[in-house]
Amino acid sequence: MTRQGGVGDANIKDKLRRRRSSAGRDAVVSGSRLKSRVSWAAAFVLALGWLAVSFLPFAFMAINAFKGKFEMLVKGVFEMPESWYPANFIEALTGGYWSFFKNSVVVVAVALTALLFISACASYPLARFRFALAKPLYGLIVACMSIPIHITLIPVFKMTTQMGLYDTIWAMVGPYIAFAVPISVFILTSFMAAIPREIEESAEIDGCSKYRMFFRIILPLSTPGLSTLAIYNGVNMWNEFIFAYTLTQSQKNQTLPLAIWQFQGQYSMNTPMIMAVLTLTVLPMILLFIVFQDKLVKGLTAGAVKG
Amino acid sequence: MEITRRQTLRVQRQSQTWTAAAAFLAPVLILLGVYIAYPIISSFQISLQKWNGISADRVFVGMANWRQLASDAGFWAAFKNNVTIMILSILVQLPIGLALATFLDFGGRRLNVFKVMWFVPLLMSSVAIGFLFRYALATNGGVVSTISRLFGGRNVDLLGSPTKALYAVIGVICWQFVPFYMVYFMAAYTGMSFDIFEAATIDGATRGQYFWRIALPLLAPSVKSAAILSMVGSLKYFDLIYVMTGGGPGTSTEIMATYMYRYSFKNFNMGYGSTVACGMFILISVIALATMRLINQGGDRA
Repeated sequence: MTRQGGVGDANIKDKLRRRRSSAGRDAVVSGSRLKSRVSWAAAFVLALGWLAVSFLPFAFMAINAFKGKFEMLVKGVFEMPESWYPANFIEALTGGYWSFFKNSVVVVAVALTALLFISACASYPLARFRFALAKPLYGLIVACMSIPIHITLIPVFKMTTQMGLYDTIWAMVGPYIAFAVPISVFILTSFMAAIPREIEESAEIDGCSKYRMFFRIILPLSTPGLSTLAIYNGVNMWNEFIFAYTLTQSQKNQTLPLAIWQFQGQYSMNTPMIMAVLTLTVLPMILLFIVFQDKLVKGLTAGAVKG
Repeated sequence: MEITRRQTLRVQRQSQTWTAAAAFLAPVLILLGVYIAYPIISSFQISLQKWNGISADRVFVGMANWRQLASDAGFWAAFKNNVTIMILSILVQLPIGLALATFLDFGGRRLNVFKVMWFVPLLMSSVAIGFLFRYALATNGGVVSTISRLFGGRNVDLLGSPTKALYAVIGVICWQFVPFYMVYFMAAYTGMSFDIFEAATIDGATRGQYFWRIALPLLAPSVKSAAILSMVGSLKYFDLIYVMTGGGPGTSTEIMATYMYRYSFKNFNMGYGSTVACGMFILISVIALATMRLINQGGDRA
């Protein structure tokens, strides 16, 4: 599932390219090289264009987050602010940001831990036991991937109210785990199926039970798969909106995606303030991306290979 | 004697396997039962009732909600918007994503800066993107208006115009997901054997020839799965549009999910809201299954 060697391939390609250009071929090739250089330049310009498209909104957000309420209206949106003093950020941080942040951390931590554990438990028999129900159960679990959450929204809302969990941070945990299970089982099962059978067989001969085998051998060997899943599901849970929006009501029980919503109600005309809040909600992700760049990219595509 | 003992051993081992499997699978199955299977059944049940979500009295109304849904112009307009989003998403996101991935693949490591910068929109939540663009596309002091004025034009009202709002929203959706397909196709490129590229280069193929004649046909399976992903994703879409336009102005950007949400949690007509949700579920399942069958039939996909 995870693909190694992406960087290595690019390296070889770089080398090959250098070899080609240093070879200095004959005149026929130099004509086509001119053409290739022109098309390369055109591609580069288009690439820069897309860079502008994908970056301008961020620039808009970051620059205006530092401005005063009226400063943005008077001056152009892309003019630098008068001062870089983070007044809006301070106001947002003292105005309840931490409560949202804390809720998000708790919900994601609890849901993610439980998710990884129970998905690993379920994937183990599906990948390594020989029993008649393995295939149909696997198919059933994986099929849940394409179910739109909206069909479950009203009953889950009803259930949450009946369980007395409505408007607590624990309301989100169950649905978050349940909707992340199918993809997690899908990825972990293929991961565990790739572990060589010999390891298990020798342990079995030594009298190791299925449960000890899982905790001592299979689970440790699945760590790379689990970390990929932790990233993929962690990002999704961190950003989840609709369950959080439906199942909570009071500000003290809401997660970060709803912080923007609450601040927007409070500062609806104060665009720079909203931009500061937006920056603060994106910042944790960007910091994570800087630290774990390759791992994160890999984790996010691993979730995509379900097609 | 020997044989019977071996047989009992086998039976014993098999029953051990079954108990272990049951123990390991139980948590997941219970959770899926509670949060996915039961809610689906329950939704179909509620779709036959008239219920405001709060009071205890639910009235069984039979197929009335379903008849209403079948002739509900609002729902079908929302479905049409979903289809527009779906088609344009596939036509815009996949080619740009593929082009970016190809550019990065040809360029190799020295283009890493591009890769990193292009990736960043994918880190933002749909809600954050929705709010960001609500302000960035504002008539007064938005990015597009500013650029338009820079070239001597006037302010542009994108989200407030019933004709343009849907396309503005689709533009933002593409902005959000192009990086996803870029990374997706990059993974597909890495999965391709390097020998192919080398062989083509030695045979004197230009970059263009390599892409059109060799890489693209080899990427076809990935393109197909990406199209399915994009399709199912666009039919389920909710967060961004709900935040950005709330379905407005009027109903010009209404989609099935926002329509369902409005009925259930704003008007508290849970019975009809459930019917809309079930209708959405049926439509998505049918479209997804039909497309998958169509694609797998015509293709060489495994």
